[in-house]
Amino acid sequence: MSLIDQTATELLAGLGSGEITSVAVTQACLDQIERHDKNVRAFLRVDAQAALERAEQIDRRRKEGRTLGRLAGLPVALKDVLCTRGEPTTCASRMLEDFRPPYDATVVTRLRAADAVLLGKTNMDEFAMGGSNENSAFGPAHNPWDLTRIPGGSSGGAAASVAARMTPLAVGSDTGGSIREPAALCGVTGLKPTYGRVSRYGLVAFASSLDQIGPLAQTAEDAALLLQVLAGHDPLDSTSVDRPVPDYCETVRRPLEGLRIGLVPEYFGEGLDAEVEAAVRQAVRVYESLGATVKEVSLPHSKYAVATYYIIAPCEASSNLARYDSAHYGYRTDQKRMTAELQAQRKQLEEAGDQAALDDLDNPLIRMYRRSRAEGFGAEVKRRIMLGTYALSAGYYDAYYLKALKVRRLIRRDFDRAFQDVDLIAGPVAPTPAFPIGEKVDDPLSMYLFDLYTASTNLAGIAGISVPCGFSRGGLPIGLHLQGPTFAEEIVLRGAHMFQQATDWHRKSPPLH
Amino acid sequence: MVRRSNLCQICRFHRFQWARHTVVLKYWLARWWDTRPLYIHFSLPPQIAVSESYIVVIGLEVHVQLDTRSKMFCGCSTEFGAPPNTQTCPLCIGMPGTLPVMNRRAFDLALKTAVALNCEIPRYTKWDRKQYYYPDLPKGYQISQFDLPMSRNGYLPISDTKGQFSPKRIGIIRAHLEEDAGKSMHDEAAGKADSRIDLNRCGTPLLEIVSEPDMRSPAEAKAYLTELKLLLNYLGVSDCNMQEGSLRVDANINLHIDTPEGTLATPIVEVKNMNSFRAVERALTYEAQRQYEVWKETGRVLGGPGGHKTTRGWDEDAQITREQRTKEESSDYRYFPDPDLVPVTTTEEEVQRVRESLGELPAALRVRLEQTYGIAPYDSDVLVNQGRPLVDYYVELAEACGDGRLAGNWVQQDVLRTLNERQIAIAAFPVSAGALAELLKMVQAGKITTSRGREVLAEMLASGTPAAEAMKALGIEEVDESALEDLCRKLLQANPEVVAEVKEGKTKAIGALIGQAKKRNPNVNPGRVREICLHWIEKAY
Repeated sequence: MSLIDQTATELLAGLGSGEITSVAVTQACLDQIERHDKNVRAFLRVDAQAALERAEQIDRRRKEGRTLGRLAGLPVALKDVLCTRGEPTTCASRMLEDFRPPYDATVVTRLRAADAVLLGKTNMDEFAMGGSNENSAFGPAHNPWDLTRIPGGSSGGAAASVAARMTPLAVGSDTGGSIREPAALCGVTGLKPTYGRVSRYGLVAFASSLDQIGPLAQTAEDAALLLQVLAGHDPLDSTSVDRPVPDYCETVRRPLEGLRIGLVPEYFGEGLDAEVEAAVRQAVRVYESLGATVKEVSLPHSKYAVATYYIIAPCEASSNLARYDSAHYGYRTDQKRMTAELQAQRKQLEEAGDQAALDDLDNPLIRMYRRSRAEGFGAEVKRRIMLGTYALSAGYYDAYYLKALKVRRLIRRDFDRAFQDVDLIAGPVAPTPAFPIGEKVDDPLSMYLFDLYTASTNLAGIAGISVPCGFSRGGLPIGLHLQGPTFAEEIVLRGAHMFQQATDWHRKSPPLH
Repeated sequence: MVRRSNLCQICRFHRFQWARHTVVLKYWLARWWDTRPLYIHFSLPPQIAVSESYIVVIGLEVHVQLDTRSKMFCGCSTEFGAPPNTQTCPLCIGMPGTLPVMNRRAFDLALKTAVALNCEIPRYTKWDRKQYYYPDLPKGYQISQFDLPMSRNGYLPISDTKGQFSPKRIGIIRAHLEEDAGKSMHDEAAGKADSRIDLNRCGTPLLEIVSEPDMRSPAEAKAYLTELKLLLNYLGVSDCNMQEGSLRVDANINLHIDTPEGTLATPIVEVKNMNSFRAVERALTYEAQRQYEVWKETGRVLGGPGGHKTTRGWDEDAQITREQRTKEESSDYRYFPDPDLVPVTTTEEEVQRVRESLGELPAALRVRLEQTYGIAPYDSDVLVNQGRPLVDYYVELAEACGDGRLAGNWVQQDVLRTLNERQIAIAAFPVSAGALAELLKMVQAGKITTSRGREVLAEMLASGTPAAEAMKALGIEEVDESALEDLCRKLLQANPEVVAEVKEGKTKAIGALIGQAKKRNPNVNPGRVREICLHWIEKAY
């Protein structure tokens, strides 16, 4: 098997035994990127030289017999929402096109400490807002299985890079499905850990109470390996939870005895593609064949998840993105032009004697804010900022934000009750396989409804994984969604691994030419 | 309500505060039920006719910078005076991906203050984002506390030993924690739109203490601030330096005017930019007068047309308030809970521990000094208001010399005068309490007079020597009792006419002998000379 088709676990074994070198693996990945990324556009930036130097250094240290980190020599791609010191971190936005953070995200620090080889930064929806990767200011990433289709989002580049075998491991972030949905659409394994499991420090915030960093990989075993490095308490993140990290790498291989799988009737209603439904139901039968029992559980408030999510996430986003005001860093409008424009407007109004309009005219500061933000942000980001600003405004707060918080609590209660009866809840990740690029760009609402099955995981703060479970007749991957209780990453990963032991959907690679 | 008060109906100063007015006019309103007099200061222009009485209603918002080494949510230093933007980090300049972590010490200091202000401490408090755009607020929001502040419903007692107002409690609506914004410096030259931002201050922990509108005069407002500052000093939670911005005051003020149609309220004005307590008092005095005049002129009332709340800045040079440009629509801060921070819980036991750790606070200390050392409330007030170190000095002195009142007089007159003259703190006062006590004991025993004692203290301050040596240096010696009696006998023999006068009952005549005694020996105690002479006249003549 070629290097790029091997899983991270397989590569790690080869690296450990000295059969292969990190330079060879890294070079293979770089070659694959070189060959295909002009079409896939999974990466916004690849630092080939730095990666090779790093790989070389790790190979040398290995030869010297020094102790190496858990991911020693393995290439890892980072979603461009994770801060890397001194390197561009753009969030796929014009606003941060030239922004170089003077610090590493905690997960980046951990990856460096684990001797990972950081390949570069992957494409995404601007500020992680979107489910198709079409909201990238630098052009969309494409689905490796069909380049005319979306790879999903917002971690579209991360999922596409793993699917296209450009990297064995990628780190993404998931606010309403942003790891699991592209993982499903690209046929890879993607885990959203419990809120608080992985430090958010250095993750450029979209919606702070929902954002969580997680791994994307070919297999659950690889996801466990990467999560092992990412997870853990961080004093820099007040919301990260101080509880021990289990040995995922060790436990992931243990099958779950007496596994109880929950099926939610609400998940199999209107809007679900027949092929997706069939694949998911078939996956559940695989579990049954492995000795699992299947039980129906109800999540009565799940139908409010999208509405609730699209209040809470924009509210937090409108606040989190207020800092991009062009005063301190980031994109700033052409000030000369702006000043000239303002003066011309003033003159015109003075000549017309329109005092009221003159009084209303922006002062230069306000004009700078307005123009910089209008030019620096894309349409979807602006839409969400407006939604959130509106929902938090005096007189609307109770009706929208406060109510959404209450529903959020009910959604969490639904899960708590369901998990008294079952270990995992199975269902679809996305209602359909990948749709063609451009199909929904003018229909934000149908785009939002794509988060139907994933948003509630984030609202409840629980763990969820997407596992490849089949293909549509058109050859597009379909994902199985497994959700588990808080801090049940172990169970979720073991459940996924069990399935992957019995199936080979996750070993299929896309026909790239 | 203090409607019929002792305040001048026009200038709102106490009726006895008439240094500028010479005469106080006392009068009764021509309504039959009025039994109490009203006062006006006579020298006011006669054209201001007093047809209505009003009360001034004042509430204060005080921002106190808590004395922490690092900022509220990051590790940057809070030291004052560093070059601009040198005490910043990615967090306090609002870079993406950074996350706040609460400074526990700031919370503890806030808790201490809130408990000392008799506040209720809720079991649960959270953080909220207050959102607005300004370049000195790099995140676009300030982390503050909105609907669940860390304390509420407290009070601070105030009183005035000069009797300008009766002792009262000023209610505290809430005290909550927040982070400070940075500092904007705007180019004064018009047209040069050049502004500079210093983010050193950004993220500094502030405690915002919001009072009820319980103050009824600028004097009360000043007393509240003085007492609050004193309390904060005693607690050691803030240096309260107004010049460095460690303590900032905004005031809300309006008038409640009695009219034949009922009581009317004038529009509330928020007064800002007051850089001293004196400025607060003056600004509020000015503002009360201004509001009254504006009301007379326009009839504008709170909530009516043109009756919305406005903001005015105090112009120290012109001694007036000026309207500050405000947006027409009221600002909407879109408060919502900060998802980056976790709520803080405080147990009853923690509050109890804090309460026990407060130590002796000014109000209790005043009472103790009065009761233990027999000094008057005025004197205890002066001492306590100087801060704990001076009180400690006083207590040591009083204990050592055994006379609290005498110690009080000396500390207030001689020690404080020296501190003021030399611009030093009590810690730098060269004469220790023990050394001063030695001097006071001699004064107390009548061995030297108070005025001689002052000379000795001056010598002690100048030379740094103990009392006995200083006296020697000044040639002051204790006069031996037998030598004194000898002197007195000689004087009586030499002045039979004085003896005769005294025998006739004119004891005043003895003064002549005292004068002669002092000429012969400057160290004699005049009182003692008088006693001895009278004794001998009675006994031997």
